[in-house]
Amino acid sequence: MATETVAVVDGHVEEAGGLVFHPFDQFEIKPLFGEIGDPVSWYTISNATFWMALAALCVVLLLVIGTRGRAVIPTRVQSAAELVYGFVYKMVEDVTGKEGLKYFPWIMTLFLFILFSNYLGLLPLAFTPTSHIAVTAVLALGVFISVTVIGFMKNGMAFLGLFWMKEAPLFLRPVIAIIEVISYFVRPVSHSIRLAGNLVAGHAMIKVFAGFAAIAAISPLSVVAITAIYGLEVLVAGIQAYVFTILTCIYLKDALHPSH
Amino acid sequence: MATEIITADEVVVHGAEAAGPGMPQLDVSSFPNQIFWLLVTLGVIYFVLSRFALPRIGAVLAERAGTITNDIAAAEELRHRAREAETAYDKALADARTEANRIVAETKAQIQADLDVEMEKADAQIAAKTAESQKAIDEIRDNAARNVSEVARDVAREIVSAFGADADAKKVDAAVDAKLGERA
Repeated sequence: MATETVAVVDGHVEEAGGLVFHPFDQFEIKPLFGEIGDPVSWYTISNATFWMALAALCVVLLLVIGTRGRAVIPTRVQSAAELVYGFVYKMVEDVTGKEGLKYFPWIMTLFLFILFSNYLGLLPLAFTPTSHIAVTAVLALGVFISVTVIGFMKNGMAFLGLFWMKEAPLFLRPVIAIIEVISYFVRPVSHSIRLAGNLVAGHAMIKVFAGFAAIAAISPLSVVAITAIYGLEVLVAGIQAYVFTILTCIYLKDALHPSH
Repeated sequence: MATEIITADEVVVHGAEAAGPGMPQLDVSSFPNQIFWLLVTLGVIYFVLSRFALPRIGAVLAERAGTITNDIAAAEELRHRAREAETAYDKALADARTEANRIVAETKAQIQADLDVEMEKADAQIAAKTAESQKAIDEIRDNAARNVSEVARDVAREIVSAFGADADAKKVDAAVDAKLGERA
């Protein structure tokens, strides 16, 4: 898809000449204060810091401020908070069983961070922390390492049974074991790239179509396309948060119950 | 894929943003910053959730479930009581009906008894009156019969004397009585 976009972009550049596309500027990490181009060291307060903090603030607003009434008959905000709580709680319980509920706060943290980052990123001029592979890779690696550690701590060496298919014929088992090990180590890669890739693609698409709006004849089409993609992105933002979370639950289930 | 996009970006941008690679995601120099702040954010969210939000929402949900269970139990209790009250009402109604029937029957019997007594009294009175009347009638009849024999004796005496015979009064009377006796 990227190649197609490039071709179209190139074509229009040749035709119109004046068209400028910056589909990736929105992903730049900049210091929030000070000059553009200032070095971004690890402690610098950057736009990433700002939008992550905003996500955390939204979590606080929804789940802490929104529920401060502790009402038996909830307000609208409290109802929404309870809905999110029930949704994730049920997901953890259904997928991992009762034993997994111990890790519910962590999974809730992941879900809410991704959800709010995704949705805040859809605001115009926003920055999306979850569109960066650095962020999603840390999340995915965190899940991968914790799940592996939990697996070994709970089951000892029996955790390796995850790779040893007892149902398969004996001569196939080593082959399947190799495939299983590879797929196990690919998990964090797919886990992280799926999330970042989806968001990057959508945001970049919107920018590209916005670039076309400079041509008067195409601009109505461009606006329609942006609207459509935006609608799609609203779905993607929620779905990707859900997918990331449920995959985390599935990996956790593998760690808690390694037998197939 | 990434390389193509970078190329395209650079071509299109025409060096507007000359510095840095096309895809900011691959700019390793920004990684420490993002990772550091990500860990801080996750820590803050986890702290807030595990300390305040999740126990509170869990408590609210548990409380609500408890309230609903209690309310349902209370409703069940009330329904039970309503059913009991209805049974009691039905029973009272049936009792009242039985009682009413009993009173009606009793009254009817009472009235019947009174009626019988009165009837008897009336019958007795009627019988007494009838007997009295009968006696009066009999008297009248006796008187009449006596008058008849007297008249007959007188007539017979007159007739006998008219024939010129000296009639013995006693014989005439006896003869008349005999004739009257035959008739009677």
